[in-house]
Amino acid sequence: MCDTCGCNVTDANRNLIEAGGKHAKTEAGNEAVEVLQNLLHENNHRAAHNREHFDKHQVLAINLMSSPGSGKTALLEATIDALKNSSEALSIAVIEGDLETENDAQRIRDKHIPAIQITTGSACHLDAYIVHDALHELSLEGLDIVFIENVGNLVCPASFDLGHHLNVTLLSVTEGDDKPAKYPVMFRASNLILLTKSDLLAVLDDFDVTKAEENIRNLANPAPVFQLSARKNSVLEDHGMEAWINWLKQQIQHYKSHLESGETVLPKIQTEGQTLHEARVV
Amino acid sequence: MHELSVCQSIITQVTQIAHENDALAVTKVIVQIGPLSGIEAPLLEHAFPIASAGSIAQDAVLETQTLAIRVRCNICGNENEAPVNKLLCSACGSWQTSLLSGDEMLLKSIELEKSEEQAHV
Repeated sequence: MCDTCGCNVTDANRNLIEAGGKHAKTEAGNEAVEVLQNLLHENNHRAAHNREHFDKHQVLAINLMSSPGSGKTALLEATIDALKNSSEALSIAVIEGDLETENDAQRIRDKHIPAIQITTGSACHLDAYIVHDALHELSLEGLDIVFIENVGNLVCPASFDLGHHLNVTLLSVTEGDDKPAKYPVMFRASNLILLTKSDLLAVLDDFDVTKAEENIRNLANPAPVFQLSARKNSVLEDHGMEAWINWLKQQIQHYKSHLESGETVLPKIQTEGQTLHEARVV
Repeated sequence: MHELSVCQSIITQVTQIAHENDALAVTKVIVQIGPLSGIEAPLLEHAFPIASAGSIAQDAVLETQTLAIRVRCNICGNENEAPVNKLLCSACGSWQTSLLSGDEMLLKSIELEKSEEQAHV
């Protein structure tokens, strides 16, 4: 996407590019060809295609990322329940990524929500090709949101554009408040961070919510940080689901207003490139 | 461990460019990897021979260039280098900064071997 407009040319590499011609000769007499394409050019191309597909149906696609066991599927189950009780009905579907088993998709289907299970074998992340294949099996008609539950992993999923619009990262409080400092690529890319299993904060003396948030700000990320307990949440007692559902509704509005002005929403990891691009146009 | 899939993507792009330029072989592949790209240069270098085996780039050397993380402060306009998990302004200490460099994952250039006659065309 960025190989023609030059927005991937940063202040730090511009001099390297300007130093040599497009087809300069090397000392050994070989021909050097400037390329300046993203290393994941092919993936990004496919991702853009996926995003067009979502946009055509006005479906917001959210990439859910976290370490294994932080409660992505539990969050989705609780979200489905909360939406059923919500005044404003939202229609959702789920694409589940795991190394093996249909377990997670089955948990979603048990709640009468369409779910496509992707088993990646040994691959540690989803990519745009895998999501593209899943989209062939999923009708987007009448949907508001598709959640893509990525493979549980705080490293690799952050580097791959799936064609989604927003990144939501879960950090369960049992994992420790220093995870954003340890996995900066992931937490820098998040549009929202959910501190899950927040009911356990009462019995954990080593997770400091303020410190977790500070570690996220240290990555220059202004994303909101919500506390949430999917297990404890109920109609009678709110444990963060209300704020999460409201955020989702806001994002749908935000997304649709972008679509109305002929734009899409790009996942956060790409916005810096966009900014640079705009800066260069000016 | 997604460096192998990144390498496979590199080989796909490199092969295409080599064919467009009627090259006999690819001798060098130069990539730029920022510390915030999520890609580890040593792992990429280990994965490269596996991904390139049997391709037009099978004898190519992979050169990785790492660029420092630089941020510009949105509050005071200062520019400074920063460590990977503290993208803060060194002048006023604020976290509201924009990344100038350090998240690159770029196929910068490749070097091609061409036949004698092509080289003189």
